[in-house]
Amino acid sequence: MSLDFSGALKAFAQESKELLAEMEQSLLTLEEEGAKKELVDAVFRAAHTIKGSGGLFGLDHVVAFTHDVEGVLDAVRDGRLDIDGDLISLLLSCGDQIGRLVESSLAGEVEGELLRKGAALQAQLQRYLPGSASAVATPEADVGETPQGARGWHISLRCGRDLLRDGMDPLSILHYISTLGELVRVTTFCGHMPAAEEMDPESCYLAFEMDLITEQAKEEIEDAFEFVSASSEVRITPVGDPDSWDEAIEATPEGEHRLGEILLDSGAVTRNELEQALKQQESVPERPKLGEILVARNAVQEKTVNTALEKQAGVVKKQRQDSFLKVDAQKLDHLINLIGELMIANAEVRVKAEHIRESHLDESIANSTRFIEAVRDCALSLRMVQIGDTFNRFQRVVRDLARDLGKDIRLVVSGGDTDLDKTLVERISEPLTHLVRNAIDHGIESDTLRRERGKAATGVIRLNAFHERGSIVIEVSDDGGGMNPEKIVAKGIEKQLIRSAEGMSDGEIFKLIFEPGFSTAEQVTNVSGRGVGMDAVKKTLEELRGSVEVESELGKGSTIRLRLPLTLAIINGFLVGVGDSKYVVPLEMVDECVELNGDGGGDFMGLRGLALPFLRLRDLFSIDGRPSDRQSVVVVQYAGRRAGLVVDRLMGELQTVIKPLGDIFTPLKWVSGCTLLGSGDVGLILDIPELVTRAENAQNQYVGRKMAAG
Amino acid sequence: MAQALETSAQPADSEQYLTFMQSGDMYAIPLLGVKEIIEYGGITPIPTLPSFIRGVINLRGRVVPVIDLGCRFGKTEREVTRRTCIIIVEVGSGEESQDMGVIVDSVSAVIDIPMSNIQPPPAFGAKIRVDFIQGMWKSDDRFVIVMDIDRVLSVDEITNMAEALQESVA
Repeated sequence: MSLDFSGALKAFAQESKELLAEMEQSLLTLEEEGAKKELVDAVFRAAHTIKGSGGLFGLDHVVAFTHDVEGVLDAVRDGRLDIDGDLISLLLSCGDQIGRLVESSLAGEVEGELLRKGAALQAQLQRYLPGSASAVATPEADVGETPQGARGWHISLRCGRDLLRDGMDPLSILHYISTLGELVRVTTFCGHMPAAEEMDPESCYLAFEMDLITEQAKEEIEDAFEFVSASSEVRITPVGDPDSWDEAIEATPEGEHRLGEILLDSGAVTRNELEQALKQQESVPERPKLGEILVARNAVQEKTVNTALEKQAGVVKKQRQDSFLKVDAQKLDHLINLIGELMIANAEVRVKAEHIRESHLDESIANSTRFIEAVRDCALSLRMVQIGDTFNRFQRVVRDLARDLGKDIRLVVSGGDTDLDKTLVERISEPLTHLVRNAIDHGIESDTLRRERGKAATGVIRLNAFHERGSIVIEVSDDGGGMNPEKIVAKGIEKQLIRSAEGMSDGEIFKLIFEPGFSTAEQVTNVSGRGVGMDAVKKTLEELRGSVEVESELGKGSTIRLRLPLTLAIINGFLVGVGDSKYVVPLEMVDECVELNGDGGGDFMGLRGLALPFLRLRDLFSIDGRPSDRQSVVVVQYAGRRAGLVVDRLMGELQTVIKPLGDIFTPLKWVSGCTLLGSGDVGLILDIPELVTRAENAQNQYVGRKMAAG
Repeated sequence: MAQALETSAQPADSEQYLTFMQSGDMYAIPLLGVKEIIEYGGITPIPTLPSFIRGVINLRGRVVPVIDLGCRFGKTEREVTRRTCIIIVEVGSGEESQDMGVIVDSVSAVIDIPMSNIQPPPAFGAKIRVDFIQGMWKSDDRFVIVMDIDRVLSVDEITNMAEALQESVA
């Protein structure tokens, strides 16, 4: 669905998505760790914010539904309701429903089906709500609810003796206050009233304590006492939950602020109160702390001051995304493209400068190159996101699926702080889902079987990520039944994917599961087992220039390892030449370069006691001409396998942008893209995984021939 | 070296075509798809592809594949002369459109061809594949072959040919 609406709504859509994800995360943690206050608060805050902003945009369905969710959450927060697994399930479904409602409301149409679903969920929610607390279900009724932002204030007024003489009347002040909001309680104190004979009827001896609920800011309330504040004592303090200030304080602008400014900005104190407190601070020689003065003067509660102090120190625990700047991803892509062009242009300058041989020029160019590389690294890091959020989403998948299948499964996530390109994160999430679902469905055995095998009843699925040699590795492993190579071979032969398993390593056999149409599940479930999915995993990985490996031990479990490049945009390359052609090898895959000694025409060479298969690029690419007298071997490594590439010349390192080759070049497996060289020529980027495999195959055939001959 | 092309006022039922010479015959392609004409050179060959895909060029930062029209029509060699050039054309439409370079012997002129005067291709006897020909047009002194450029540069067909070749290489 393409959503086309104004920026604010777009922001709302994005925000609610993030909030719902957070809500889901908190709910799942709640289930794991029990009802912790901050988690319940987080869930409540998410629902509350969505409801609030939904109301702002007039998304009635969202508001009405979220209202009920909020009602239940409120009860949980107040301890009136215990949260248990069923309620969490319900709330999770509600979160999904809110997401769908937001999406379809923004798309312009909320379908009856969706509303019916919502009504069913609402009915379930009602069961958790005793009495009339949940009577509000329609958006119309919702409007009549206590308005957003209303809070309670405690006002104490000690009337000055001269109040009446100044022409003021306490009663009219009370009247005015009552127009600001709901005046809940007024208590009059006449404790200062002297005995009748001493009393001056023109003096005012009264004091009032009032509770007011109002949306108005503290300043507004203070204004009511504008004319009496000189002679009387007025204190306005927020009542009830001092937490209510925390949000306001967190919402104040970032930057270096003094405590007073933060409290003033958030509305916790008025300018007047602050000035008086500052005056008091100056008047006392030992300069007590401002916060202490304010608390002592009853202007704010101590907790509020503490929150403000935390804010000042920059350690306020806040939503992570608050400190992030949202930027259109296209702008970032454009920036990275431009930097790529800049790098190419710079390479051209460098090539030209080399001809001039001017040392000053070389120095300047080296300098600018250094900065361009720094800018490139910085720009690339902008696109990097941590994979943790993606991993955490699987908590829900695992929980729901395991419940459906009656299995007890725990998801253990590690390496969540590993960075990778945002595009990759988006693309990888679907294949990961397939793999996780597969692990739940086929990997982890049923309870009884696990017990028979002497394993813990709770199955464990692990998601792990780490960097390795310029790639990112993502592992999905389970401690389930593992894969039986014999079964897979039998299935592979049955499905005519292979003729026999001869010469195949276990790793190669396991890779058969990624072939289209392959599925060994004896029982096709609605979760997986239809033979689609795993080949889609492989396809996506190939598109991303990645690869997949499988490790499995029968009875112990399986690990599927995905290997991806860190970024799709820019490459650190090593330039080699064969004849007139130039090729680029991704630098992180280059192990070393050695001279090709005594070329006997074989397909492999000895390297420190090990046989290294190699490919002659000249032969592979049918390049005419005589090889150079001093050929070199570039030793490349990928996923633990090594091979050599025989080239004429080694031409050094370069950083450059990957340019896509046109569609007509897609059949070319050995090239993964191209790039523009400083000379203006096009350089082809070699696909090392493909070439390593070819070299190995060539070696195997050679060894096979030799064995057959011998 | 971009060559200046003279254009003339265009009658209502006619369209502008670019004519060029290849292997002694004159061909025409719609001017609308022609982006520019550049001097022959700077081609980076790409091995293990059908020989008519000569390679790629760097066209102001973009990598554009180059097809040798002579080889596409079955010739094996190309004699490069001073007049040999690359016509950059846009093939496909919308999102799928892409630029390709076409090497030809020489570029001739921009002409108006009245649509009604284009005759159907001959059933046989043409030097090139019949499906490459959209029609024939008889100018004052010679036949001009109006080429179906989208067919000649069909990405699907070229990809299939490349794929077949890859299998034989691997």
